[in-house]
Amino acid sequence: MQDLILDCVKAFLVGGAFCVIAQLLIDLTAITPARILVLYVCSGVFLSAVGLFEPLRRFAGCGASVPLVGFGGLIARGVREAIQKDGVMGILSGPLTASAAGIAAALTFGFLAAVFFKGKPKKL
Amino acid sequence: MRTNREKRLFHFETPISVSASASAVGCEEWKGPYGKYFDFHDPSDRFGAKTWELAEGEMAKCALNLALKKRKISHEEIDILFAGDLQNQCMASSAGLYSFGIPYIGLYGACSTSVEGLLLAALTMNAQKKVARTAVVTSSHNCAAERQFRLPIEYGGQRTPTAQWTATAAGAFLLEKEKKGMQDSACIRTGMIGRAVDGGISDANNMGAAMAPAVCDSLRTYFEESGEKVEDFDLIVTGDLGTEGSAILEVLCRDVGFSLLDRHFDCGANLYDLQKQDAHAGGSGCGCIASMLAAYFVPKLSRGEHRRLLVLATGALMSPSSIQQGGSIIGIAPAIVMEYEKGEKKRARPDS
Amino acid sequence: MEQKLYLDKKRYGAYVKGRAARSHVFSNCTNAFLVGGSICTLGQALLGFYGQVLGMDERASATGVSVSLIFLAALLTGIGVFDRIGRVAGAGTLVPITGFSNAVTSPAIDTRSEGWVMGVGAKIFTVAGPVILYGTLSGVLYGTVYYILSLFL
Repeated sequence: MQDLILDCVKAFLVGGAFCVIAQLLIDLTAITPARILVLYVCSGVFLSAVGLFEPLRRFAGCGASVPLVGFGGLIARGVREAIQKDGVMGILSGPLTASAAGIAAALTFGFLAAVFFKGKPKKL
Repeated sequence: MRTNREKRLFHFETPISVSASASAVGCEEWKGPYGKYFDFHDPSDRFGAKTWELAEGEMAKCALNLALKKRKISHEEIDILFAGDLQNQCMASSAGLYSFGIPYIGLYGACSTSVEGLLLAALTMNAQKKVARTAVVTSSHNCAAERQFRLPIEYGGQRTPTAQWTATAAGAFLLEKEKKGMQDSACIRTGMIGRAVDGGISDANNMGAAMAPAVCDSLRTYFEESGEKVEDFDLIVTGDLGTEGSAILEVLCRDVGFSLLDRHFDCGANLYDLQKQDAHAGGSGCGCIASMLAAYFVPKLSRGEHRRLLVLATGALMSPSSIQQGGSIIGIAPAIVMEYEKGEKKRARPDS
Repeated sequence: MEQKLYLDKKRYGAYVKGRAARSHVFSNCTNAFLVGGSICTLGQALLGFYGQVLGMDERASATGVSVSLIFLAALLTGIGVFDRIGRVAGAGTLVPITGFSNAVTSPAIDTRSEGWVMGVGAKIFTVAGPVILYGTLSGVLYGTVYYILSLFL
């Protein structure tokens, strides 16, 4: 139980920190939110490539894997594993393998939302 | 003969009376400080239509129907309809108003369309004897504009403090030349076509700043050519500069040598209660000034509570592609002078 | 003579930029931290639940967390609540996987009126597409480097 609470605190702090960095970039620079997301995914791949992401994920758990850097980390891990297994073809089969569940889930739930919900006007 | 001094001003030999005006708005506009003046509002913002695009058309239709009803005339008595909106290829006006069967001219002047329409109507009526009655209708719908210019409606994003909120609103005006039997009304005596001015602003979240130079240009030209001063008007009414654009306009005007100060009224900055409604720098869209003119200023002029207004609608000329390509937003501000005109009958005060 | 301010693009641009009110950086960051941190904490709690209570292995429970958060965000988007949270939370809802889910769901709901194929089908990627494209591309780039290095090491 104590472990779980400690894990949650670490996730909260690291996850929150990733959000604060993005917020600072949005508010203080001209970088648009869409570009932030791209930047985060690519940095996740980079962090994983240089071997920083895995230690961070072991430390912060969902604090590292839930933010979009985690998506990048997943892509990088998929690539590594696919190359180890299939060789050169892993370069292409890897990127979307590990992240497939997330993408499929988002598309499925997005589609279902479009089936069941009607757009509502924005409120002030 | 025209003097060189008045190169760009049009004085209408026959002043054009606004014989009726009506407005239809959405939920947030109705909740705003001028909510009670609007003739009709739909809390769902849908106006009974399936899509937001069609909802805007229905709203425009509703406004024109209300104006016709107020004047107690049929749509067959209208010679020309000038209408426009913010949608691609002006579809709201075409889809919403085609069923009236009035000869129709579709306009695009971004948020300046209402005054553009009033000006064109007045020019046409002065140029052609047989054009006796025209209608001007403009509209904008927040959801249709969000979808077209920004992001999906349900997208959870933040906006910068200078961003503006496209109003869900429509305004309709009936214009007439014939003075016989006319009540006290608002009339258009002078007009000036705006010049497109590029202030070099490319931030779509700061449209007030993009449009302010065009307003300054129009005001400067108007005052220089007419020899009039700010004090000659009860109010200078601008379209949708918002709080940011209004503050910038004051600085720009002082730079060219005059001050608007407390005679400036910006519809965008006043449409919402900015303390309670999170509209950032205020409202925008074709419907913003159109609904405020139709619901508030025209009735006030008709009752003689205002005598003389200089009305400038403000348009930010841009497209989703131009914004994405980093092009600058070009501003435009056509102007008309609206005055109280004594008619043969006094206008009854509305029961309050 | 000096050009009037409203006609001088350079000077005017600088003036506009200088006066534009900045977002409230501090409160925005606080909100982003609290909301973003909470979403990650919820994920962590779910991870514990899937792993320890349901006995899933590490990878399955991590996937379960992603799928649950994506579902939750899609649902909140559908009932029209997500955009209101997002307006306050900013990067707090944008950066976690919830932002990705919202980026897929919102255009899907929005483009229903343009049909299931060219509306929902094509436009579902308008906001999230860049993430998938550039994520994949950086993965391919990393894979290429990784493969070449693995030949020599």
